[in-house]
Amino acid sequence: MKTLNHAQNAANFNKDEKRVDWHDETLWWIRQKRDKSAFQIPEWESLRDAASAIKANTLSNLHQYLIEFEKNALANGVKIHWARDAKEHNDIVYGLLKEKGIDKMVKSKSMLTEECHLNEYLERKGIEVIDSDLGERIVQLAKEPPSHIVLPCIHKKKEEIGELFHEHLGTPAGNADPQVLTEAARIHLRETFLTRKAALTGVNFAVAETGEIVICTNEGNADMGAHLADLHIACMGIEKLVPSRAHLAVFLRLLARSATGQPITTYSSHFAKPRAGKELHIVLVDNGRTRQLGRAEFRNSLKCIRCGACMNTCPVYRRSGGHSYHNAIAGPIGAILAPNLAMKEYADLPFASTLCGSCSNVCPVKIDIHDQLYKWRQVLVKEGHTTTAKQLAMQTMATTLSSPTLFKIAGKTARVTLKYAPFMVNNKFNAWYLQRDMPKVPKSSFSEWYQTNRKQNEQ
Amino acid sequence: MKVALFIPCYIDQFYPQVAIACLELLERLGIDVSYPLGQTCCGQPMANSGFEHLADGCNTLFVKNFIGFDYIVAPSGSCVLHIKEHLKNDSQLDLVKHIKATTYELTSFLVDILKVEHLTSSFPYRVGMHQSCHGQRGLKLSQMSELNAPEFSKPGKLLSLVKDIELVELDRKDECCGFGGTFCVAEEAVSVKMGKDRINDHTKQDVEYITGVDMSCLMHLEGILNRQNSSISVKHIAEILNGVKA
Repeated sequence: MKTLNHAQNAANFNKDEKRVDWHDETLWWIRQKRDKSAFQIPEWESLRDAASAIKANTLSNLHQYLIEFEKNALANGVKIHWARDAKEHNDIVYGLLKEKGIDKMVKSKSMLTEECHLNEYLERKGIEVIDSDLGERIVQLAKEPPSHIVLPCIHKKKEEIGELFHEHLGTPAGNADPQVLTEAARIHLRETFLTRKAALTGVNFAVAETGEIVICTNEGNADMGAHLADLHIACMGIEKLVPSRAHLAVFLRLLARSATGQPITTYSSHFAKPRAGKELHIVLVDNGRTRQLGRAEFRNSLKCIRCGACMNTCPVYRRSGGHSYHNAIAGPIGAILAPNLAMKEYADLPFASTLCGSCSNVCPVKIDIHDQLYKWRQVLVKEGHTTTAKQLAMQTMATTLSSPTLFKIAGKTARVTLKYAPFMVNNKFNAWYLQRDMPKVPKSSFSEWYQTNRKQNEQ
Repeated sequence: MKVALFIPCYIDQFYPQVAIACLELLERLGIDVSYPLGQTCCGQPMANSGFEHLADGCNTLFVKNFIGFDYIVAPSGSCVLHIKEHLKNDSQLDLVKHIKATTYELTSFLVDILKVEHLTSSFPYRVGMHQSCHGQRGLKLSQMSELNAPEFSKPGKLLSLVKDIELVELDRKDECCGFGGTFCVAEEAVSVKMGKDRINDHTKQDVEYITGVDMSCLMHLEGILNRQNSSISVKHIAEILNGVKA
């Protein structure tokens, strides 16, 4: 089956306008919570500058920080694995589970494993994976990918969650009380935590100076999973590093405020070494990150700390839904990361934007997201990921606009057509006209007016 | 001071009254304005679609038309931003540099260069100001709601000099209208939904007019308003500042 592009998915999403309104307002509310919380910090903009600079330094010296991190983590008794790509990452995780004879694993939200499609891979190998974040668990029960990196089931209304829970967890039919549903999930997950021998978590930050990893959650499920299991596997992209704990502080102040408007996540857990008799493995994954690092125009995208603020503020994301981006990471940041993974597959994403620039303004690490969207458009077209029709249209437009004479003829033709043969334009083949009227036709163009009314004064 | 009027292609063809208002306003302020007749378009339609490499013809033409002026002024934030960020011509680097530095969007030219403090126009209506993203976030014509920084607004300041105008506060003061160049047809569903939502915000405030610095956003909103048979009209800020009768 051919994957629909963003515009087609978004058009489908917009068939239910009430739902679009609800989705837009829910995310806008989170954007407002972010504003309120960010504006309580007088030094907010300097924090963003600092975070951006720290990440710039980290990316420029990534090789050193990675070696330092590995050395310190190994000294702490942590096992380190390096994965070139998604396949190697998945093989490493599977290898660890197989070695211990484990066929059931609890997972705490990790966008990296979504990027690597780990769940599907492990399921094919006969390993059961239970996502333990409430939102992740909900989309997992619905057999859907997350639609948002921080709020994975933000596209689902509580009534729909009630139905899912009724079907899978036996809650009473028709009950959509969040407290009842959360309680049911809690009991269900508690059993999971107690019986799983392996826990996989993501990583928010890895501190080179100490060799520790930091995981930020609100539900405490990463801690519960990691503390109860014999084997803790933490998977991280190599760009998650920060040089030291002092630098970490800057990011912890920015992350939750940008993401949800909280001052800090409920839990910011530091994992430095395995507990006695247990194992802690960290998988460092490249999967295209070094390639992106090599693209001067796009390397800043690797500063991302996955707060999701750009999604919440994006007027297009709010009205098209996360699934319309057909990528593990949706929204503006997803649109600049995805083409690096597969240009052809994600060639539509950088065009799913008006380039309004709000994303770059909320970004806590000041990634020039909208400028990168513009630059990706140039790269994608140059690499041939465009349609012949678009190419011809653009060539014609360029030729017309490069010649004052052709431009005047074309303008006149358009105005005459609109005036005397509006049916040529006002039809279903004109996407403008479907829900919008065409502009009214003026008596003359400005340049015609100018020549009559001013030109004589000039010469 | 010699000023060249740079009129976006779609304004030239479909909204000549905006260009006329801009010209008259500058003339009334005592500026020596002329309109280079060979101009067409800044090249943004190609560039934003990923075809920047096809904009060479437009770039060359732009430079040719706008040589020899102290300032270049346009009633558009978007086209000016495009010139400032993307005008290219490797054989005329100094000219390009001069053009980029001296090209101004109308309201910033009036506030920053002419330092306008008085206007004679009157516009006795309830008006909503649409912040066009490229003018606001790109050219920083007004403070942006995402930033923790002091408020200011160049177009807002000018509108406050217009007599009897009633400016309303919007719920979402700087959300994009969804025009976005070719986005408006390539992503028709989202584009129109964004436009409808912007219009609702203005409608809730009972505005009679929606104004802004970019006619492209207003053209998109006007298309939706007319389809809805709305009583709200759009008016470019140049028309209001120039005192054009409604």
